[in-house]
Amino acid sequence: MTTLQDPPVDTSAEIGRDRRRKEDQRLITGRTRWTDNIVLPGMLHLAMVRSPFAHARITSIDTTEAKASRNVVTVLTGADLGESQGVLINAWAITPDQVAPVHQPMPADRVSFAGEIVAVVVARTAAEARDAAELVDVEYEELPAAIDLKAAAKDEVLAHPDLGTNKSAFWKFDSAEAGTGGDVDAAIEKARTDGIVIEREYRQQRLIPAFMEPRSTVVDPTGEQITMWSATQIPHIVRFALAATTGVPESKIRVIAPDVGGGFGGKLQTTPEEWLTFCIANRLGKPVKYTETRSESLMVAHHGRDQWQKLTLSAEKDGTVTGLKVELLADLGSHVSLVGGGVPVLGAFMFNAIYKFPAYQFNCQTVLTNKTWTDAYRGAGRPEATYAIERLMSELAAELDVDPIEIRRKNWINHDEFPFTSVAGLEYDTGNYEAATAKALEMFGYDDLRSEQKQRRESGDPVQLGIGISTFTEMCGLAPSRVLGQLNYGAGGWEHASVRMLATGKVEVVTGTSAHGQGHETAFSQIVADRLGIPFEDVEILHGDTQTSPRGLDTYGSRSLVVGGEAIVRAADKVIEKAKPIAAHLLEASVDDIEFAAGRLSVRGTDQGMALTEVAAAVFAAHDYPEGIEPSIDSEATYDPINFNYPHGTHLCAMEVDTETGGVKIRKYVCVDDIGTIINPMIVAGQVHGGLVQGIAQALWEEAVYDDAGTLVSGSFVDYLLPTAADTVSFEIDHTSSPSITNTLGTKGVGEAGTIASTPAVVNSVVDAIRHFGVDDVQMPCTPERVWKAINAARGGGEAATQGAAAPHFDAAEGTEGAGA
Amino acid sequence: MTKINLTVDGSSVSDDVEPRMLLVQYLREKLGKTGTVIGCDTSNCGACTVHLDGTSVKSCNMLAVQADGHEVTTIEGLADTVDGDLHPVQESFRECHGLQCGFCTPGMIMQSVDLLKDNPKPTEAEIRVGLEGNLCRCTGYHNIVKAVQHASGQTEGATA
Repeated sequence: MTTLQDPPVDTSAEIGRDRRRKEDQRLITGRTRWTDNIVLPGMLHLAMVRSPFAHARITSIDTTEAKASRNVVTVLTGADLGESQGVLINAWAITPDQVAPVHQPMPADRVSFAGEIVAVVVARTAAEARDAAELVDVEYEELPAAIDLKAAAKDEVLAHPDLGTNKSAFWKFDSAEAGTGGDVDAAIEKARTDGIVIEREYRQQRLIPAFMEPRSTVVDPTGEQITMWSATQIPHIVRFALAATTGVPESKIRVIAPDVGGGFGGKLQTTPEEWLTFCIANRLGKPVKYTETRSESLMVAHHGRDQWQKLTLSAEKDGTVTGLKVELLADLGSHVSLVGGGVPVLGAFMFNAIYKFPAYQFNCQTVLTNKTWTDAYRGAGRPEATYAIERLMSELAAELDVDPIEIRRKNWINHDEFPFTSVAGLEYDTGNYEAATAKALEMFGYDDLRSEQKQRRESGDPVQLGIGISTFTEMCGLAPSRVLGQLNYGAGGWEHASVRMLATGKVEVVTGTSAHGQGHETAFSQIVADRLGIPFEDVEILHGDTQTSPRGLDTYGSRSLVVGGEAIVRAADKVIEKAKPIAAHLLEASVDDIEFAAGRLSVRGTDQGMALTEVAAAVFAAHDYPEGIEPSIDSEATYDPINFNYPHGTHLCAMEVDTETGGVKIRKYVCVDDIGTIINPMIVAGQVHGGLVQGIAQALWEEAVYDDAGTLVSGSFVDYLLPTAADTVSFEIDHTSSPSITNTLGTKGVGEAGTIASTPAVVNSVVDAIRHFGVDDVQMPCTPERVWKAINAARGGGEAATQGAAAPHFDAAEGTEGAGA
Repeated sequence: MTKINLTVDGSSVSDDVEPRMLLVQYLREKLGKTGTVIGCDTSNCGACTVHLDGTSVKSCNMLAVQADGHEVTTIEGLADTVDGDLHPVQESFRECHGLQCGFCTPGMIMQSVDLLKDNPKPTEAEIRVGLEGNLCRCTGYHNIVKAVQHASGQTEGATA
């Protein structure tokens, strides 16, 4: 079902093929190595004692009874560990004067969110550790807590009193100042007199990544190097940060991400639990394991999104957009975590999206609160931007009473305008919004569904039909290192690969990316098989271990293929170049006459030649090779991307809304994504499907809800509404292809696309179904209650259109609405 | 401690266990059957699903002592051999890309096997309801549904 409109000239055997995954044999037979499966001799287990209060001073901790509990080895507090526990870093201070509290894994004096660790029990079994954790007696003096984001921004109650403010950083981009566009305030003022101004405030509710494998860490300090296994997306970054903050030399630390059960940004973190396990294993000289419970995971593994978005869009009366101003409040939670305030900044260049805004301004205030800290969640900054602009474009269409497709068509970048420098200063290399949209409309049966919608409106059908549109783009493939430097990010964005040609004809490929479900072993094998002309089965992909893969920057931001894959391509090409002089020597020919194709090095114009694998065997023996070169064709490459990568697509959602109950039901979902060259269509489809459901879940189901005391009330899978098979539908997906011109294979990232695109498509469909009642917004998640209230408020009855939290059993009068209220 | 005798993946096993030990803990910690995993603590996710006398159960939702005298099959015992023939449902999950990270997969496969035992030709809606107790965060369920349809012989081949 995948169509490449412009297939590469050099169509090859493996790229583009629906290879079944190499990974699966182990996974479907239970032969897995999740971190929690690892058992080492003498291994001890940790259980965490966590604060029940959002903000409190620790007045005393009595560990006597816990220490006396059966098979308990010790109980440790922040006072016991002090600076030996290291500190958790923020890798991206978004402004030079960013305010950030020190982030100790286990503080000794004060807790700043409910769930923060105050003591650790070490015992011979996990069950005994948990039993003893119940016996640790902690006295707290509760402090006023900053919970609500908007209230916290007013600095009335401080999350960290010693900082004097909750405001962490203010980050601004202005197209007039940057020289990339005009003055947005002037554009808005002009539109107030002779144009159209759309002003909205949207809520990005707090979400929980909720990967299926709870986080787990095992540290073994008994070898010369200290080995950490961790359920992480970022073994290399964890290693660097451990060395940087604990004083242990980087060369003495080995971090392994074994089988990792999903991440979605949620395992893009350096965690208190990792740091404490590392510290305690070293202190005791014994292997130590910590595995979180699901309730702990939902409570303390970082959350995502959580913004208020104030948006002003100006346009001429004919619908031509003239300006876009964005003012965000972003909730950091209790600390500025690894990427922290950088997440909203990743959206700063994307609110203008595919449209030709002549003026643009982005303002973001990050705010500290006494809630779980936030960080990357699938899309990280770009879903928020895409949601805002795609909702606004549909609102503009409604204001003008034109089809939302038409308003987009009027304003988007035409395919013949690429490469296009956006008002945010990015250069979009390729794209074709017309083609993707045309294909999506046809697959969707757009005109027929519009007719049905009209008919249902006219007949007053209690079930109304809505059609939602999202013509998204995103920036991914993180990231050009120099750009990251300009943004004050603490690291680069390159990726590393090496290709080892084994004497027996097999090939080991080492990548610095770290897959956790994406299928890299399969897709990367396809790339290398094509590039080197060797069988797919003969390629082994090695990753996720800093000792095997010494250089890497791991997996996030849809970077693995477009950055890591390019590093692999370049390393493979170096293998061929290194093989040529050796083949020339063995074939007694001039190196200039050696050509490589389909795994063979041949002498041009003759039938003389040898396989690349034969060259590998020859340099292994090394009995006969040219003077002055090394007897090896193994190669490595470090690739620093020259640009971000800009996938795009058109997503269409048809939604049935029962106006009597507020219930919503997806009738049809179609998407056509342009991700350039596709390596494995089956894997791509899987990424799209899963991404769609995560984005749809934000629109309809998920929200992390806090009560006014700062307790997470959606802290289990009973309360946090992860969609099930019964909640979801099958999708119709397809592709158009405008290959990227910034990497060799023409690929674009796909890991986050579905999530970024789908949320606004779904909410647009809900609003479109009930707009004729006078509704122009339903706050996410669009629960039946909210939809029903929106309809009935607009009809002149009922209550306000949206409620603060998806927890109707909590009484609003008691002030127990969610943090977003 | 209580003594239990049961059959797990075709082998007779006997152990003294704490009465409070969950079946999933017994499988993982005592028998090393780490193919069965723990995804939650509220019996919502289904990652730990195994068969008890041929019927699916969430192994976090019963005690090891309750399995005394019974026959338990885990994902590791579903196929006859590790590298040889797969169970048709395992094969369908691979064929239809019904897994990504693979963490929910053991439970999802065990539940699907039970679903197809009760209803050999389920509709899409029946499959979706039948898998409602098993959470997956990667696939969006699309290809899991396809895998079950494929295993039931209702589709020709994989749908990417």
